[in-house]
Amino acid sequence: MLDLGILFPSLLNGLTTGAVYALIALGLTLIYGVLHIINFAHGAALMLALYGVYFLKEQLGLDPYLALPLVVPAMFVLGYGLQRVVINRASHGRDENILLVTLGLSIVMENLALLFFKSDTRTIDTAYTLTTIPINIGVAQAMISLPKLVAFGGALVASALLILIVGRTDLGRAIRAVAKEKHGAKLMGIDVDHVYAMSFGIGLACLGAAACFLLPAYYVNPQVGNGFVLVAFTIVVLGGMGSFTGALLGGLLIGMVESLGGLILGESLGQIGIFLIFIAVLLFRPQGLFGAKT
Amino acid sequence: MTALRKEMLRIALFALVVTVFLSSASSGVALNFVMMALYAALLAQAWNILGGYGGQFSFGHALFFGTGAYMQAIAQMQGGLNPWLALPLSAMASAGVGLFVGALSFRYGLKGSYFALVTLAFAEVFRIVALSVPFTGAGVGLMVPLREGFANMQFDSRRGYGFLILALVVLALSVTCWLQHSRFGAYLQAVRDNEDAARASGVNPFRIKLGAIALSGAFMGAGGAFYVQVFQYLDPGIAYGAHTSVEALVGAIVGGMGTLWGPVLGALALHTLADLTRNLFGQLPGINMVIYGTVLVLMIMFAPRGLSGAGKSLRALWKGRTP
Repeated sequence: MLDLGILFPSLLNGLTTGAVYALIALGLTLIYGVLHIINFAHGAALMLALYGVYFLKEQLGLDPYLALPLVVPAMFVLGYGLQRVVINRASHGRDENILLVTLGLSIVMENLALLFFKSDTRTIDTAYTLTTIPINIGVAQAMISLPKLVAFGGALVASALLILIVGRTDLGRAIRAVAKEKHGAKLMGIDVDHVYAMSFGIGLACLGAAACFLLPAYYVNPQVGNGFVLVAFTIVVLGGMGSFTGALLGGLLIGMVESLGGLILGESLGQIGIFLIFIAVLLFRPQGLFGAKT
Repeated sequence: MTALRKEMLRIALFALVVTVFLSSASSGVALNFVMMALYAALLAQAWNILGGYGGQFSFGHALFFGTGAYMQAIAQMQGGLNPWLALPLSAMASAGVGLFVGALSFRYGLKGSYFALVTLAFAEVFRIVALSVPFTGAGVGLMVPLREGFANMQFDSRRGYGFLILALVVLALSVTCWLQHSRFGAYLQAVRDNEDAARASGVNPFRIKLGAIALSGAFMGAGGAFYVQVFQYLDPGIAYGAHTSVEALVGAIVGGMGTLWGPVLGALALHTLADLTRNLFGQLPGINMVIYGTVLVLMIMFAPRGLSGAGKSLRALWKGRTP
C-alpha cells in the first residue's frame, strides 16, 4: 500500500517543515526557559513577521531571503520592547498575569491584522517558488521544492547560531544564569530585566528568521499563527520545556508525524495526531523527553 | 447566614430590575443589548467558577460552550427532543466533558500554564473532530429549523430570550453565591490559595477541582445551548473557536475574578465598550477582539483585581480620607 515512492517524499517533506517548526519552538523554549512563562503571543508574532516579509516583497520587491537582515532585527526590537514596556510592567511578579498578558497581546495582534489586512490569504511569487530538486538516497527518490530545502538548511543554521549564542557568549551565560537563579544573578550584577527582554527579543528574532524561510513556500493570513502555535507548544512540551536539543529533535519529529499523519489519515485528522501527542505528553511526561525531572 | 441572605436579596433585586426593564423596553436595540450582555455575563460567570474561585485558568472554555451547543442542536434535530428538555441535557453533557478533561489533567497535577494549554488543545481537538464527523454537519454546520413558540423555546422577539438568559444568569449568580458561603466553596478557595496547605488540612484537591470544572462546564454548556436557540445556526468555528473562550475569560478578569458580581460588571462594561466602538467606527471585522485584548492587557497592568477590585480600593481611599 504505502511503498517507498510515497513514503520517502512524505518523510522528507515532513523533515523540511519540521526544521522550521524547530526554529519557532526554539524561540518559544528560550523564552520559557528564562522567564518561565509560556508566550501565547508566539503565533501572532510569527504572523506579524510573515506580513513583514510579504509587504517587503510586494511593496519594495525585496526577496524574502534578502529580507532576513531587516526582519530579524525588527522582530528582536519588537520582542525587546514588548517585554520591557508591556509584559514586565503587567506581571506584578505573578506568572498568571504574564500568561494572560501574552494571551491579550496575541488577541490584539491577530485582530489588528484582520482589521488592516483583511482575512485574505496572501502568497508571494518568486522565481524559485516552483523549482524542485531531485533527491536520491539508494532506491528512495523524491522531488523536493527548492524553498523547502532552503528553509530546512536555513532553519538548521539559525538554530545552531542560537545554541551558540546561548552556549558560548557572555550574554548567553547571563541568560543561563538568570534562567537558573534570578536572585543570585541579580546579586552578581546582572541586569535581570535586561536579560529578560533580550531573551524575549531573541525568541521573537527566531520567528523573523522562520518567517523569511517560510513565506516562499507558504502563505500568510491573520490566523496563520494559530496553526503554528499549538504545534510549537507540542514540540516544546515534547522536547522538555527549556531544552534546546529537545526542541530541535522534537521539531523534526513532529514535522514527520504531521506529514505521515496527513498521508495516512487525511489533512485535518492528521493534525489531530499532533494534538493527541501533545495531550498525552502533557499528561504522562510533562517534563518532556529531554527535560530534567523537577 | 445573614451575609448569604443579603447577597440573595441583592440577586433578587437585580432580577427584578432587569425584569422590569425587559418588560417595559420597547426598542429592539436595547433589548438586544441587554440580552447579549446577560449572555456574556453567563459565560464570564461560568469561567469565574473555575478560574476565579478555583484558580485554574482555562484558555479553552469554548470546549464546554461548543459541546452544549451541539448537544442542544443535535438533541432537537436528530433526537426530536423538546428544547426545554435538551437544555439541561446540554449542560450535563458539558459537565461530563469537564469531568473528563478535569480527571485527566488534575490527576496528573497539571496547573498554571500547563492546564491552560491542555484546555486549549482539547478545544482544538474537538473543533477538528466536529469538522470531520457527519453528525455535526461538518463545515457546513447545523441549521435548527424555525418553529416559533414558547413550547419550542423560540421567541418572536429578543424579550423572550432576554427572560430566558436572565433566568440562567440568576441561577449562575445563586450558585456562585452558594459557592461563597458553602463548605465546597471554602475548600475550592483554599485549594486555589494554597493547594498543599489545603491537602494537609484534609481537603481532597482533586475532587474539589473536579467539582468546580463540572459546574463551570455546565453553565458554559447552558450558554452554548442558549446561543443555538437564539441564532439557530452552529458550525465548528462558532462552537469551538477561540472567540468564546476569550470572551468568557476577559469578562471575568475585567470585572474581577473570584467575586460574585465581577463577571456581570465586566460583561456589561465590555459590551458597552464594544457597542460604543461599533457606533463610532461601524462594523469592522476584528475590532471587538482588538478592544477585548487591549482591555485585558490594560486591566492586568493597572487593575489586576478587576473593576470590582478597583472600586473597592477607591472606596477604601475615600473612607481613609474622610474622617
